[in-house]
Amino acid sequence: MDYSLVVAIELLREVAGLILIATGLAIVFGMMRVINIAHGEFIMLGGYTVVLTTKQGVNIWIAILILAPLVVGIFGVVVERLIIRHLYGRIIDSLLATWGLSLFLIGFITVVFGNTVEGVTTPFAAVAIGQYRVSIYTLFLIFAAMAVIASVYLTLRHTKAGLIARATMQNPDMVETLGINSKLVYMATFGVGAAFAGLAGGLLAPISGVVPSMGALLIGKAFITVVTGGTAVVAGTLAASSILGSISQSVTFMFGPVFGDATLLFVALILLRLLPQGITGRIFTRSV
Amino acid sequence: MTRNISRRSMLKGTAAVGAAGALPLMPFAAQAAGEILVGGLHDLSGFIDFAGIPMNQIMLMAIEEINAGGGLLGKKVKGIVYDPQTNMSLYSQYATQLALKDKASVVMGGITSASRETIRPILHRYKTLYFYNTLYEGGVCDRNEISLGTTPAQTVEKLVPYTMGLWGKKVYTIAADYNYGQITAAWVKRYVEQNGGEVVATDFFPLDVTNFGSTISKIQSAKPDMVMSVLVGTGHLGFYNQWAAAGMKKEIPIASTTFGAAGAELEILKPEVANGIITSYGYYPSIDSPANNEWVAKVNKRYPEKTPLLSELSAFTWEGMMIWADAVRTAGSLDRMKLIEVMESGKTYTMPSGECSIDPKTHHAIRDVYIADLKDKTYIIKKKFSQVQPADTQLVCDLEKNPNSNKHYEISLK
Repeated sequence: MDYSLVVAIELLREVAGLILIATGLAIVFGMMRVINIAHGEFIMLGGYTVVLTTKQGVNIWIAILILAPLVVGIFGVVVERLIIRHLYGRIIDSLLATWGLSLFLIGFITVVFGNTVEGVTTPFAAVAIGQYRVSIYTLFLIFAAMAVIASVYLTLRHTKAGLIARATMQNPDMVETLGINSKLVYMATFGVGAAFAGLAGGLLAPISGVVPSMGALLIGKAFITVVTGGTAVVAGTLAASSILGSISQSVTFMFGPVFGDATLLFVALILLRLLPQGITGRIFTRSV
Repeated sequence: MTRNISRRSMLKGTAAVGAAGALPLMPFAAQAAGEILVGGLHDLSGFIDFAGIPMNQIMLMAIEEINAGGGLLGKKVKGIVYDPQTNMSLYSQYATQLALKDKASVVMGGITSASRETIRPILHRYKTLYFYNTLYEGGVCDRNEISLGTTPAQTVEKLVPYTMGLWGKKVYTIAADYNYGQITAAWVKRYVEQNGGEVVATDFFPLDVTNFGSTISKIQSAKPDMVMSVLVGTGHLGFYNQWAAAGMKKEIPIASTTFGAAGAELEILKPEVANGIITSYGYYPSIDSPANNEWVAKVNKRYPEKTPLLSELSAFTWEGMMIWADAVRTAGSLDRMKLIEVMESGKTYTMPSGECSIDPKTHHAIRDVYIADLKDKTYIIKKKFSQVQPADTQLVCDLEKNPNSNKHYEISLK
């Protein structure tokens, strides 16, 4: 009984991990149709923000929840102004440009901070579940993922900013005629997507540590989750993360991490064969 | 900018590039008269640079030391350092370059088993003496190579009974998923069973795995008396953080044959995460002997800043240099076979790590092995074993019978 609870928590943690790394990409790729290959490096920058600021004595919660999204969000806005805005509607070009950006960021961080793992201590102690012990931070991650999804949903569905963002992505010309500067909306949306990547990096830093090349390990999973999810940011990310995360983590429990990762890819293959537009291309089509 | 690229200029250009590319392979002597060249091939960048940089620093220090003592055979020794960047094609390129172009007298280096198996056959073919100074899974049988690092039969054999005596007989093994991890895990199983214990499970992880949540739950449900970690590399360091975060440090102790092997773990992990992990190596900086105290002082004096992490890898690099220099002096020659014969003669060297000699059958070191507990970034040595044989490699290798062997045996325990 206790053990199944522990396994359930681990499944949720895997789902939460996918939600965290995929949400920013879902906004940038799912909504804006910009293939941001540097998304993994945005996550890495969030992680480095946390490691470097906590070393300077900043409180770890401020570092994770405020500084990491803030720094990467601002960086995202700069990237949008310098690179991305020239490439809207040119998917292949944006892919190449952001790939270059990704290589640059890995190289830059390696040169500045060295190609070694930096870590921060995991905050919180552990909690006992029967005779098992689970890190409270794991529970916190699950909670954080739910909060991220909820905040994106509420913003898109129930605020004016969310409405404008959605409208701009659908028809920028129409939005312009209504007196809204669509360029600013694009810039802000990209910045928000980057900020979520930074938050993900900050939240993951205490668990796995940060290393310049960490983005490469995450980018694949993030894209698979977003593509499998389809165009709806919230429903798609939630559905794809839940299906892929719980299946792959179950297999990890039974056969080890290699098979877990392989199963994730396999399930994504099958889902995309059956639902080429992603889950929300066929089901939940009216959701955000 | 002109954009006229004629066919002819294009051809000229590519021919020049081709010629430049072939240059390193041409055997011409770049060796200045009166200098003895020592090649260094350590990863100075890439994911194990934290191991390679100290090894390189120590190799250069040893060269300075030899020169300060008057050099060898009346000549100065000079180091030629290349950075293979954890890239196997660069390893093979630079090994070829050292052997044929630079005509190095000896080559030190290679860290991962993959890099060693890349350069070992090249140096064997071109008859360039080679020192491999890293702990590894055992099994190399090559008269051209001197392997100074410890093998599982030297460390695991001691660590398993010691920790089982402390903690109990049920062992859970977690290991890196490549040949070193697989082979060492098999040795762990053998020694646990020989000591009347049981390995309840063995899990393997690719080097890029950073999340160990499911494993930590599985270990808890298996309720072992101890965890034996053969995890490798910086990605796997996540395990120790997550283990401590789950509050498991007080519940189940960890022993490891890899933790801190190159020293970096101590820099990266907080003491509260790393304390109490028991390890076994052929060298610890806290060995309290005159030879080691003097050596550690020497290192600190030579590198007051950027002091290299002292570990088995860097200490044995220094020992390799000294054993080679001693052989050159004894033989009075740089002739490779004469040097090998000197080193095979069973001479005992007093080194920072203790007493050490070269086993003529395997060309591996017979050396002292230690067990240590970790407390606040310092190793507290618990036990010393003198003159431990490389028994695993001895199972498969006899260079006295087969002097021309050029092989890495995978020692199968199945």
